[in-house]
Amino acid sequence: MRAGVILFALLIATLVLKAVQVAGRVEQFAGSPAAVADDQQLGPAVARLNEQFHKQWQAENVQVAESVDDFAVLRRLSLAMFGTVPSLEDIRAFEDDDQPHRIDRWVVRMLQDSRYSNYFAERFARSLVGVEEGPFIVFRRDRITAWLAEQLHQDASWSQMTRELIAAEGLWTDRPAANFITVASIEDEGLDVNKLAGRTVRTFLGQRIDCAQCHDHPFDPAWKQTSFEGLAAFYCQASLSPGGVTDYRTGEDKKEVVYKVVDPGAETGRVVPSAVPFHPEWLPAEGGLRHRLAEWVTHKDNRRFERAIANRVWGFMLGKPLHEPVDDLPHPVDGEIDALDILGQEFRACGDRLSVLIRMIALSDVFRLSSESSADNEETYSSQVQAWSVFPLVRLRPEQVIGSLFQAGHIRSIDQNSNPLVRVTKFGNENDFLNEYGDLGDDELLQRVGTIPQALLRMNGRFTAEQSKVDTLSAPAQILSFSPDNAAVIDNCYLACLCRHPGVDERTYFLNLLESTTEAAAEKRKANPETPEANPVSKPTRTRAEVVEDLVWTLFNSPEFSWNH
Amino acid sequence: MNITPTRRQLLQFLAACGVSLAIPTMTARAAARRRDERPKSLITLWMSGGMSQLETWDPHPGTKSGGEVRDIATSNKDVRISELLPQMAEQLHSCMLIRSLTSKEGDHERGSAFVKTGYRPEPTLKYPTLGAICAHELPNPDLEIPQFVTLAPDRNVPEAGYLGNQWDAFRVFQPGMGLSNLKSYVSPERQADRLKGLNVVSQQFEQRRQFAAKRTLHQNTLDRALAMMSSEQLKAFELETESAGVKAAYGDTSFGRGCLVARRLVETGVRSIEVTLPGFDTHVSNHGGHVTQCRILDPAIATLIQELRERDLLDSTIVLCISEFGRTPGINPAGGRDHWPNWFSCMIAGGGFREGTVIGATPHDVFEGKKADGKFILPAEPVLVPELYATIMATMGIDFHKEILTPIGRPIRFADALPSAYLLKDDVAGKVNRS
Repeated sequence: MRAGVILFALLIATLVLKAVQVAGRVEQFAGSPAAVADDQQLGPAVARLNEQFHKQWQAENVQVAESVDDFAVLRRLSLAMFGTVPSLEDIRAFEDDDQPHRIDRWVVRMLQDSRYSNYFAERFARSLVGVEEGPFIVFRRDRITAWLAEQLHQDASWSQMTRELIAAEGLWTDRPAANFITVASIEDEGLDVNKLAGRTVRTFLGQRIDCAQCHDHPFDPAWKQTSFEGLAAFYCQASLSPGGVTDYRTGEDKKEVVYKVVDPGAETGRVVPSAVPFHPEWLPAEGGLRHRLAEWVTHKDNRRFERAIANRVWGFMLGKPLHEPVDDLPHPVDGEIDALDILGQEFRACGDRLSVLIRMIALSDVFRLSSESSADNEETYSSQVQAWSVFPLVRLRPEQVIGSLFQAGHIRSIDQNSNPLVRVTKFGNENDFLNEYGDLGDDELLQRVGTIPQALLRMNGRFTAEQSKVDTLSAPAQILSFSPDNAAVIDNCYLACLCRHPGVDERTYFLNLLESTTEAAAEKRKANPETPEANPVSKPTRTRAEVVEDLVWTLFNSPEFSWNH
Repeated sequence: MNITPTRRQLLQFLAACGVSLAIPTMTARAAARRRDERPKSLITLWMSGGMSQLETWDPHPGTKSGGEVRDIATSNKDVRISELLPQMAEQLHSCMLIRSLTSKEGDHERGSAFVKTGYRPEPTLKYPTLGAICAHELPNPDLEIPQFVTLAPDRNVPEAGYLGNQWDAFRVFQPGMGLSNLKSYVSPERQADRLKGLNVVSQQFEQRRQFAAKRTLHQNTLDRALAMMSSEQLKAFELETESAGVKAAYGDTSFGRGCLVARRLVETGVRSIEVTLPGFDTHVSNHGGHVTQCRILDPAIATLIQELRERDLLDSTIVLCISEFGRTPGINPAGGRDHWPNWFSCMIAGGGFREGTVIGATPHDVFEGKKADGKFILPAEPVLVPELYATIMATMGIDFHKEILTPIGRPIRFADALPSAYLLKDDVAGKVNRS
């Protein structure tokens, strides 16, 4: 009997440990802390970036929005880097920080937080391996995501990561980057080299040549069908074996493995040599096909490489890439420099590290612009949006919505140091919510509007009910218990949910409600027993707890909560 | 003198008086139209996993590839179908079978994407499903509930792709068992107060963001969600008013209830509905798997067609039973059949499609499905999915060649094919614009 109890206890303990492990995902990194160079001076590069935009605004004569306060910047940073609004704990710490360069120091601090590396890894994984389930057994999304998180935590070189992804050999479990290759495998057919070629160009060079698989690009004479075929040929020697992804230069017949394309109606395939569409001089003479392609893609003079990653990181930070779609950039023009080049040059100069892009964008004037506009007509507003002279209003991603709901329901930051139970609950909540709310798929940076089921879920779903409830340890309960007065209750609720103080009208409206509760009426009668009892119609019916729950529900359902502004 | 009102007259009278029966039904104007002039609806019955044509619509008994299944006579004397579908056999005079659908996508995700949209999946653009196009092009302005509903969906939820996610299907995971998130968890008085507060906070936000806020459609979406929460039309999702006999006829299964809710949604004016029956991926024990699946499918689909006919709705409703691909003619060592996109079957009833007709034929006894040179054998009279969808769109009154400028700047047509008049009844085909 006792042995049974012990075994049962061990089983429960194992399950809890496993759940904590899953919930924490990649909290234990091989090397720590992260190697973000917080002493790096990005000032001159940021000034060049700002100058580029100011010149453009002047040339186009567009209205420029005002700058927002640091709280709004903190919310934007937290949503972009952690996928949640900042916690009340963080907001208070930020408020108390009166040292210079507050934003830059907080960005560096956030870059060193595992919430950043985990969240960015999830987002990068979408562009690298899509969101489909992928092939059975030979693909492990969790492994490549964990690997990406570790690389980001180490602030590793993006070029190095790219080379590893394109040219990885080995098992998808031992060599996580190999999943970039194995995700393109088709049952009984091997690797889909066309899928790999298309994704390589989209993800690493920010351009779309997929249509050139079947015909020359209809609008862009630079992309021929031969360009696509030549790039696909770089993957022809890769294959899946029991040892994982392996390159076979020769086949069983001892002849060199070559890429063949069978044209429609043709009996036999024609041999297509590996070739790059431009600057063949960047291609190393020696090495395996995939290694040579990786070197060419990441070559120091390949502007497409740095422009592609700058555009994607810009999209992660502002919710909208500089050029849309994120992977359909125009060709770089010799002698012409734009914002992506300025970001890219500094990125290259600082060891191809993503932290440089994130910091530059966070410190730029565009990132500080308000989403409010004084435009008096749609056309003027559109030209502002086009010129980035107003901060774009972008719908939060599904995981940002649930992340923010959950964070706003807690006073303290939910991170690797949180109570395991809180982390497990968050993990379960996230998955359930995403199933109901829907996922954005691969093209996550396309702009979308909300849907009726999403509105219903926010209004009536259990997630909103749970996180707005005045319950022992919830943020609303603690705010109610520890705020010195009604004004502070409202202020704290606004900060926790929207990361700002309430406006005058808002404060007045909710103060009236809080002053008309059953508790307030009882206190009044206690203070002045002579006061006649209110008539039943105007008699207060709400408790303070109910008013606070209603306030938090209101903030959760406001457009401001669901949109990055 | 016979003074008994016809059903149409009764509907017209009740609707004009603002009275609903069990559920709000078609408007008087819609009900009064002649059956083939009524706005058409589409019910797609999605057989998820890849339904075997050989165990359902296209049996080949007595052959090596035919497996254990036998065929039975149907209400159409020229057509025999699987013995696993006895109730459908009695409805076959109302149906058209296409036995020669072809595809090149043998993977579940890619196959589903192709058969649901009519376009092979691309990495850079998501195409809308047929159901989403119908909802987008034929929105019913009187609806307070969604224009496109998917009942008992599995992982391949029908999406609207480049049309925008506001046209994605509304998901009902357990049809007939209540809807989630449609009731406020506080009293109506508190809910009203919450909405007042929401107005205050929204106004603050929109003060200097009038154009940006308008683009978000946040308020519009919220208003529509609130309208839906209090709509009488929600009764279409409920089955309490249906008799025990009707419910039993559809079958006490999620799919059966889904088909019954689908009928009620059509009566309410929803133009596009999908009901999913998962479990057809029978790589192991294919015959046993299909025995189980057909016990669910057969009563539900047969009752649906019968009820639509009895309620005078079959001419204005297309019922399409289709799958992402078929299954191999050969039987593997585990007694299963694997994925087979080279030929597969679908069933169509109503909406002006030919009745009691079979299109296409598959090779009689080809265990491998390949010729001596290794090339796949093709069925006779192959029908392409885009061609079928262009025909459905045309008969529903949708401009199948309409081009939409997609978010990536590429103009795309709803269907990359022309409709096929031979799939339609003569009088309907004559009215369809094929240009």
